[in-house]
Amino acid sequence: MTRPSPDAEAVLTVDHLTMRFGGLVAVGDLSFKARRGDITALIGPNGAGKTTVFNCITGFYKPTEGKLTLAHADGSKHLLERLPNHAVNRIGRVARTFQNIRLFQGMTVLENLLVAQHAPLMRASGMTVLGLLGLPVYRRAEAAAIERAKDWLGRIDLIDRADDPAGDLPYGAQRRLEIARAMCTEPVLLCLDEPAAGLNPRESGELNALLRHIRDAHDTSVLLIEHDMSVVMEISDHVVVLDYGVKIADGTPGEVRADPRVIAAYLGVEDEEVEAVEAEVGLTVTHLEVEA
Amino acid sequence: MAAATRGAVGLPGILKDAAFYALGTFALCVPVVAFRTDAGPTGGLELTPRWGLVLALCAAIFLARLAQRLILMRRDARRALTPARSQATEAVGATPNAGQRVSMLALWLFIGIALTLPVVAALASGSLGEGRYWIDLGILILTYVMLGWGLNIVVGLAGLLDLGYVAFYAVGAYSYALLSTTFGLSFWVCLPLAGLFAALWGMLLGFPVLRLRGDYLAIVTLAFGEIIRLVLINWVDVTGGGAGISSIPRATFFGIPFTAGEDGFAARFGLTFDSMHRVVFLYYLILALALITNVVTLRLRRLPIGRAWEALREDEIACRSLGINTTTTKLTAFALGAAFGGFAGSFFAVRQGFISPESFNFLESAIILAIVVLGGMGSQVGVAIAAVAMVGGPEMLRNLGFLKAVFGQGFDPNEYRLLLFGLAMVAMMVWRPRGLISERTPSVALGERRAISGAHVSEGHG
Ligand SMILES: Nc1ncnc2c1ncn2[C@@H]1O[C@H](COP(=O)(O)OP(=O)(O)OP(=O)(O)O)[C@@H](O)[C@H]1O
Ligand SMILES: [Mg+2]
Repeated sequence: MTRPSPDAEAVLTVDHLTMRFGGLVAVGDLSFKARRGDITALIGPNGAGKTTVFNCITGFYKPTEGKLTLAHADGSKHLLERLPNHAVNRIGRVARTFQNIRLFQGMTVLENLLVAQHAPLMRASGMTVLGLLGLPVYRRAEAAAIERAKDWLGRIDLIDRADDPAGDLPYGAQRRLEIARAMCTEPVLLCLDEPAAGLNPRESGELNALLRHIRDAHDTSVLLIEHDMSVVMEISDHVVVLDYGVKIADGTPGEVRADPRVIAAYLGVEDEEVEAVEAEVGLTVTHLEVEA
Repeated sequence: MAAATRGAVGLPGILKDAAFYALGTFALCVPVVAFRTDAGPTGGLELTPRWGLVLALCAAIFLARLAQRLILMRRDARRALTPARSQATEAVGATPNAGQRVSMLALWLFIGIALTLPVVAALASGSLGEGRYWIDLGILILTYVMLGWGLNIVVGLAGLLDLGYVAFYAVGAYSYALLSTTFGLSFWVCLPLAGLFAALWGMLLGFPVLRLRGDYLAIVTLAFGEIIRLVLINWVDVTGGGAGISSIPRATFFGIPFTAGEDGFAARFGLTFDSMHRVVFLYYLILALALITNVVTLRLRRLPIGRAWEALREDEIACRSLGINTTTTKLTAFALGAAFGGFAGSFFAVRQGFISPESFNFLESAIILAIVVLGGMGSQVGVAIAAVAMVGGPEMLRNLGFLKAVFGQGFDPNEYRLLLFGLAMVAMMVWRPRGLISERTPSVALGERRAISGAHVSEGHG
C-alpha cells in the first residue's frame, strides 16, 4: 500500500517550527517534510500540539520561530509564515478542515461549495461590477462553478441534499462536505484535522476511499491529523508522531507502529518500561531504525 | 411531561387564572389610578373618580392573560407533537415553501401599493392636495424602507452590528446641502457624490473597527454616529452648527423646476400648476431609490460578494481558511450600506429644504436598526413590513380617537408611542426572536429554491 519514494520532492517543508503560548511550548523545534502526492499523517496523544501545527501552516497563528515552505509543482516556493491568513489559501494554495466542523450552517450545501470558489468567481464577476450587470462572462463562470460543485457532491454522495442547509446534514455528511469544500479551492496541500472523528466504521471506510481519490486523481497532497489508528495505518504513506510538541518518530506506518517511543507515548509510560509493557500487552516488536 | 400537564388545565382553569390577574390589577389600580387628584379652586385637593379607566385596564389585563395562556397552550401542544429541532438529522422543514410564497406575495403587494399610492390617496380623499397627508406619510415610510434595506446589507447580510448608521444618512444630507448651496450643483449631480462621500466615510469607519466584534463593534459604531453629529454641531463655519442649513435648493424635474412660471413643470407639460406635483415627484423619487436599493441588494446576494458576506456572518474563520479576504469583504459591506444611507440622506435634504444635526440623533439609528431586526435580518420583505409598522404605526395612533372615550378627554395616544414601541419589541423578542421573516432564501439552487429555517441561520458575531 505504501508508496515509498524517499527522494520525491517535498510539498511542505517544516523547519524548526516553534510555537509558544506564554510559558507553554505547544510545538517545540519541529521539523518534517510532507512529500508531494503522499498522504502524510500527523499523530500524537491529546494536547500534543497537532492542531497548533495546522494553525501555523494555515496562517491562523504566526509561529514564534521556524520556517514553513510550500513548493508548488511549477517550482515556485512560498513561505507560509509570511503570508496573511487568507493568502495562505489563495496564494499558498493550502486548504484545511477544522477539528470542530466549521460549515456555513445556514447556507445550503451547494452554497458552501460556491463560497469556496470565491476567488475565481470574484474575478469572473469583474469584482462584482460585471456580475451586477449580468454579463454572460459571469454567468458562464458561475455555471462552471456549479458544475464543479456538482462533481464533488456526486463524489461525496450528497447530490440529493444540494439544496438543504448544511446544518441539517448528519455528522458524517458534514465532515465529507467540509472536505469537498476545501477541495473546491483547488489546493496543493489539504490539511485535515481529525476527519474520521465521530464517524461510524462504514463512514470511516468511505472517508478512506475519498482521501485516496483525492491523492490519486488530483494534484493534491494530504496532511492528516487522526486519532483513529485504523485510518492512519491504512491510508497514510508517511507518519509523523508528536508528543508534548516534540517529534518523537517519523517514518512509514509500519516503522512508526513498532517504535517503542510511540508506544510509550500512547500508553503513557516511561521509555524504559516499554518492553515490560509490550510484554504485558503481548506486542512483538521489530525495532527499526527511526530518525528521531 | 410538564408541558402536557400544563396544557391539560383546560379552559375553566385558564379563565380563572385570567380573572385572578384582573383582580390583581384591580387591587393595584384602586390606590393608584382610581382617583385623579387636582388642585381645587380653594387650593385643596379634589378627587376625580376614574372607574371607567380602572375597568378598562382590568379588562385589558384579563384579555391579555387569556390570550397569552391560549397561545402558550397551543404552542405546548404543538411541541409535544413534533420532536425537538435539535434532534433532527434528516431533512426537516417541508413547510418553508409556504412562508416563501407568502413573502413573494407580500413583496408584489408592497410594490403594487407603493406604485399606486398617490393615485389612490388622491381618489380617496377627493383631490391631490387633500391626499397630501398620505403621500407625505408614504415618503416618510419609504425613506425608512430604503434606510432599512441599506443597513440590512451591513447587519442582515454581513452580520456586522452597526449602531451608527445615521452618520451616513447625515453625511449624505450634508453633502447635498453643502454642495448645492456653495457650488450650486444640481440634485442629480449631488446624489451620486453624496453616496460616494458616505461610502468613503463607511470605509473610514470600517478600518478601525475591522478587528472588533459583537458588543465592541456596536459601541464603536455608536460612538462614530455621535462624533459625526457633534462635528456637525460644532464646525459652525461649514455646517452652520446647531442652526443647520436652510434654503437648500428644491428638487427639479430633471432640470425643470416645479414653479408656477413660464418654464415651470406644469407649464411645460401643459398642466395647471399644483404644488402637489413636487410632492408626487418626490414620492416617486424615493420609491425609485428604494427599489434600486432592493434590486441591487437582491442581485448582490447572488454574486460572490454577497455570498461572501453571508458566509462571513456564518463563520469568519472558515471564510479565511477558504481564501476570502475578510477585511475587504467587511469594508465593501460597510461602504455599500453607507452609500445607500448617503443617497437616502441627500433625498432627505432635498425634500426638507432644511437640515440640522437634530435630525440625525441616536434615536434614528435605533429606529433603523429596530426595523432591520424586527423585519428579520437579511429579509428584504421583512424589513419593508417592519418599516411600515414602525413608522406608519405611530402615525396611526393619531387617528385612534375612540380611545379618548375610554381614557378620558385628555388622553393623547401619541404620547404613548415609545411605550408601545417598547411593548412591541418585547413581544417580538418573545414570539419571533429572529424577526418577522426569519427564513433565508438560498442564493442558488439546483432544484427548487427552498427557504432555510431561521434556526440554522447565524446572526453574526460582529
Ligand atoms: N491559542 C492558544 N492559547 C494558549 N494555549 C493554546 C492555544 N492553542 C493551543 N494551546 C495549547 O497548546 C497545546 C496543544 O494544543 P493542540 O490543540 O495543538 O493539541 P492537539 O494535538 O490538537 O490535541 P487534540 O488531539 O486534543 O486535538 C495544548 O496544551 C493547548 O492547551
Ligand atoms: Mg487538535
